[in-house]
Amino acid sequence: MPKESLLKTLPLLFLLTACQPATDTPGVTADTPATSAIPANETPEQQAARLQATFPAQQRPPQDPAKVAMGADIYGVNCRACHGQDLRGGDLGGPNLLRSELVLQDQAGELIGGVVREGRNVPGNTVMPALPLSDSEVQAVAAYIHSVAATARGQGAPPPGTEVPLDIVAGSAASGTELFGQLCSSCHSASGDLAGLATRIPDPETLQNSWVAGRVWNQPVNASDPRRMVTVTVTLDNGERISGRLGRRDDFIVSLTTEAGDYRSFSLQEGSPAVTGLEINDPLARHLELLRELTDDMMHDITAYLVTLK
Amino acid sequence: MKTTRRFATSFASACAALAATLAIALLPLTLQAQDSVLEPAELLEPLGASWPSYSGDYTGQRFSSLTQVTPDNVQQLTLAWALRMNDRVREGFTKVGGEGSGDFRIPPPTLKGSILQVDDIIYVTAPDHVWAMDARDGTELWHYFWKTRGGTHIANRGAAIWKDALIFETPDNYLVSLNVRTGEENWHVEIASFELQYFSTMAPLVIGDHVLVGTGNDLDQPGFLQSFDPATGALQWKFYTVPVTADDPALATWPSLDAASHGGGQVWIPGVYDPETGYYIFGTGNPTPGYTGVAREGDNLYTCSLVAIKVSTGELVWHFQTSPHDTHDWDSAQTPILIDGDIDGQPRKLVSTAARNGYFFTVDRITGEHIVTSQYGTTANWALGLRENGSPEPNPAKSATVPGALVSPIEGGVTNWQPPAFNPQLGLFYTHENNGFNVLYLTDTDPRGSMGLGGKRFAVIGFDNAALNAIDYRTGKPKWRHEWAGSRFVGAGLLTTASNLVFTGDGNSNLVALDGADGKLLWHSRIGNISNAPQTWMIDGRQYLVVAVGDTLYAYVMY
Repeated sequence: MPKESLLKTLPLLFLLTACQPATDTPGVTADTPATSAIPANETPEQQAARLQATFPAQQRPPQDPAKVAMGADIYGVNCRACHGQDLRGGDLGGPNLLRSELVLQDQAGELIGGVVREGRNVPGNTVMPALPLSDSEVQAVAAYIHSVAATARGQGAPPPGTEVPLDIVAGSAASGTELFGQLCSSCHSASGDLAGLATRIPDPETLQNSWVAGRVWNQPVNASDPRRMVTVTVTLDNGERISGRLGRRDDFIVSLTTEAGDYRSFSLQEGSPAVTGLEINDPLARHLELLRELTDDMMHDITAYLVTLK
Repeated sequence: MKTTRRFATSFASACAALAATLAIALLPLTLQAQDSVLEPAELLEPLGASWPSYSGDYTGQRFSSLTQVTPDNVQQLTLAWALRMNDRVREGFTKVGGEGSGDFRIPPPTLKGSILQVDDIIYVTAPDHVWAMDARDGTELWHYFWKTRGGTHIANRGAAIWKDALIFETPDNYLVSLNVRTGEENWHVEIASFELQYFSTMAPLVIGDHVLVGTGNDLDQPGFLQSFDPATGALQWKFYTVPVTADDPALATWPSLDAASHGGGQVWIPGVYDPETGYYIFGTGNPTPGYTGVAREGDNLYTCSLVAIKVSTGELVWHFQTSPHDTHDWDSAQTPILIDGDIDGQPRKLVSTAARNGYFFTVDRITGEHIVTSQYGTTANWALGLRENGSPEPNPAKSATVPGALVSPIEGGVTNWQPPAFNPQLGLFYTHENNGFNVLYLTDTDPRGSMGLGGKRFAVIGFDNAALNAIDYRTGKPKWRHEWAGSRFVGAGLLTTASNLVFTGDGNSNLVALDGADGKLLWHSRIGNISNAPQTWMIDGRQYLVVAVGDTLYAYVMY
């Protein structure tokens, strides 16, 4: 069926959506192909991706782009109103096709075709009208739907779609200024260490993660930076006290590197001489404590203030 | 089990030579002799010399009756052998099966489940691999490899043994039965749709003439538990954890059948069995879409619930929801524990569970009546309080939000799949606590909700503390609690014994033994972070302690 005549089915679709029972159209018959074969022109990259893909929807060989484009056009005209621009369901009540049992089990239109041409009436769901599409049109729509499903991401996450920019800055900068004074100013200052913070970390989400965690988010931490260096002082039963940068610590052993660069380790259970005291100083401990005290509003307000520190 | 097998093995090889001429005459005798590697009735015995099922016995307690290793001598445990399964993979396999092409690249094996030990043979699984090995020295008897079609290769939690068959699940959703002696395949059946993106990790559990099988899924498909005939692989019943038909009463807790039948609640960790009632009690996974609850308003039964069903029919008996309307991917799939206990001076048949959401529950296992709810981590902040029925009431503000919600626990939960343990002599339920925070951002504001675990982004912002908690099942309060020094996260399971020992990992690469009564540290061995739960058994009159670190298996023995 040429594209022009498809457009004519559009009013029919809306008419039928009301509550028309499915008509008695025959399903897809002899010309339905089996699972698409792997095309000879598959690139090594495409092959590698297919072999790494976890599930059948992503393991499919790439479809013929012309067929997918044709299917996208047919979908736009016949299916989008109910099933949505992104196939995840639409305002008219059509279900999400990307998690549909029938779509996921369809290979090349043999299941999708039956529903398209016979319609569907599942109690509790919007009635789907029968659509008079040819076999090649059905296969094109199926190819399009499968091509979208193939872009779904891991753990069931939908295809990326169009990025909707979201503004995470929702708090009150005025209240944030006050909170900063109460909670942060004993260690930090807006004109000192945090001057230009929002210029250094322009993304508000990264900025929020960074100030809450007490380190620049997704950046390696410099463990010897004095502002974040964890130090330890070990006291032994012979009276000796050894201080330095904390190495490893568990219930059994503590290790440190002294200012002179000497590595020392001590058994906490049966050391000789025995460890009688252990003082650990973590300059970021306050940030961890804050996690128990911060409400979401406080966090958002402080972020709203910090994003102004350009 | 032991004497029968030795007889059967030598007898079987003698029979093999004569098989061509005497097959018909000998067949009944041969079958009888070979049938008894593990009779289902033996699974009813308390955990002792062998380890014949996921939890060792049906109680889920992981309480071993063995007493050779004690708080006084545990420091004398000696390493008997260590085995890297990666090396075993490189050496190739002796048997192969599977429906896949062999092209799918599977990750190197990681041991995240239970090892079975029957008749001095151990059975070790990783996704697509099963090994039978001599428990004395790790010598390989056979190695079965499954050529997969794909699927999420996150873990395999172990195998089951029924008579002379070893039964396990594959990531691409087959239940496979092997001859336990040879690794020859008996049969395989598909247990869930690969197209619908199910993947299977659970250790099957044999109960009489049933083998119970669970699966996983991240693409909004309904969860279910199935029972198969362990002899043939024929389906006996299928219990859906969410409504898939319009007549399901649980549909009242969902906005629509479409939402409910895409609502998740996967069954991916073995439950427990009460032979007195014939009930199988298990935990269910989170509802889906996981982080966007907007299109699934309601409690979403029976997701994140303790569920009791009749093993004979798969019919629901009772349920108790541990997380109504979860929006954090906090499954309640953890193995619960059967406790014959005492509440207010009355003997009671109980079941307890420590859920991923940071709450501990004790429930009457016959009626499902709620008895105790307590918070067992130190930082969980997602609940407004408790409902009258004992379920926590979720705080909607602690779901993912665009400006970010500061949420504890982290995505992995206060605990996760790692098996807890219970010592009936002390009345203590042992579980780990991982107390940390993440900032959870909503990235998909679509009123239709997202799909699967999509629609969010989180930043694990701080690890507060990691601890081992010994919970009094009657109150939910800690009897003792040990915060691991310097530890950020513990991923090890637990074992306890009749000598009142507790074995686990500390998240600092140590295997640790503690006194179960007071938490005193007794012994440690720095072999790396434990990736399963320690197990114990007896061979040649000596008690072994066996534990996995990634791909490596360590067997300690008491001399």
